[in-house]
Amino acid sequence: MLEPFFRWCEATAIGQAVAQSVWAFPILEAVHLIGLCMLGGALLVVDLRLLGVGLTSQPVARLARYARPWLIGSLVVMVTTGVPLFLSEAIRAYYNTSFWVKMCTLPVALGFTFLVRERVARRESADPHDPGSVTDRAVGAVSLALWFVVAAAGRWIGFS
Amino acid sequence: MIERFLGWLGETPWSVALLESLYAWPLVESTHVLALGLFVGTTAMMDLRLVGIAFRKVPVTAFTGRLLPWTRIGFAIMTVTGLLLFYSQPLRYYHNVFFRVKVVVLILAGINAAVFHVGAHRNALEWDHDTRPPRGARIAGAVSLSAWAVVVITGRLIAYNWFDCDIQPQPGWVNWLAGCAAVLDGTE
Repeated sequence: MLEPFFRWCEATAIGQAVAQSVWAFPILEAVHLIGLCMLGGALLVVDLRLLGVGLTSQPVARLARYARPWLIGSLVVMVTTGVPLFLSEAIRAYYNTSFWVKMCTLPVALGFTFLVRERVARRESADPHDPGSVTDRAVGAVSLALWFVVAAAGRWIGFS
Repeated sequence: MIERFLGWLGETPWSVALLESLYAWPLVESTHVLALGLFVGTTAMMDLRLVGIAFRKVPVTAFTGRLLPWTRIGFAIMTVTGLLLFYSQPLRYYHNVFFRVKVVVLILAGINAAVFHVGAHRNALEWDHDTRPPRGARIAGAVSLSAWAVVVITGRLIAYNWFDCDIQPQPGWVNWLAGCAAVLDGTE
């Protein structure tokens, strides 16, 4: 059903330009990886703290506030490089299970991060050294697990 | 000498098995890539603090004390998986231009980290809460951010064989950089 749409994607000017260039795909991939590093850092600083490890001397809310622009910035980098990468091989992606695993997990991870985790992390705690409630730990673990699946499935697109 | 050793290494049964494996190699490679998020990610967050553009009210020693163990775990995973990947195709990586640049910048990043730890970080408690750390620390942060970016980019590009010795003709400087002379002579 969606296949014609994926064919259209690949036929777009950007898709064709990336597919026909020797350098475009590798460079986009490399920048996509830089985005992955920043995303990993911005997520981990907060998720580890929620889990009760890492920067435990700091209130979660403060870390979340500082990490937020880097989280959003890295996601912008991921999307602006990821979309042209996808367009250049949209038909291949359509028949790639890893691609679908990634794309189904991604909205869940985004929703969880900005709707659930954001709310939990920003809640000001009376005790800044609060070791972290069961909820905090669960939220940190779920966030890490969701983004792990997105990243792992993303890497596996190239292998499957 | 080195080439002969790497040639031998690449023909050892485990090296061949790893390279030809259906799942082992992709799993090692994926672990290497995902560990970037842990290693380079946490390093970058600390560097941004050192440069003075993020986490400005978080003491620097919180990063070097409590986040660094996680960075070290990331580094250990990167090193083990990286060495395994090298072991799967030693000669090819040895003559890969991007691999060579990566290793050089990797060493520079290591020297930078060492200089920071024996230098500006020694009296970190004196400037722990400064939103703008001293010059030495800011330089260390900026060098680290740039160096790791280069390592990630060149690391990704190792996968491409554009400048490999068996792809000729190449400009002289490319062959020099890739150390192709021995290969092209036929002495290899």
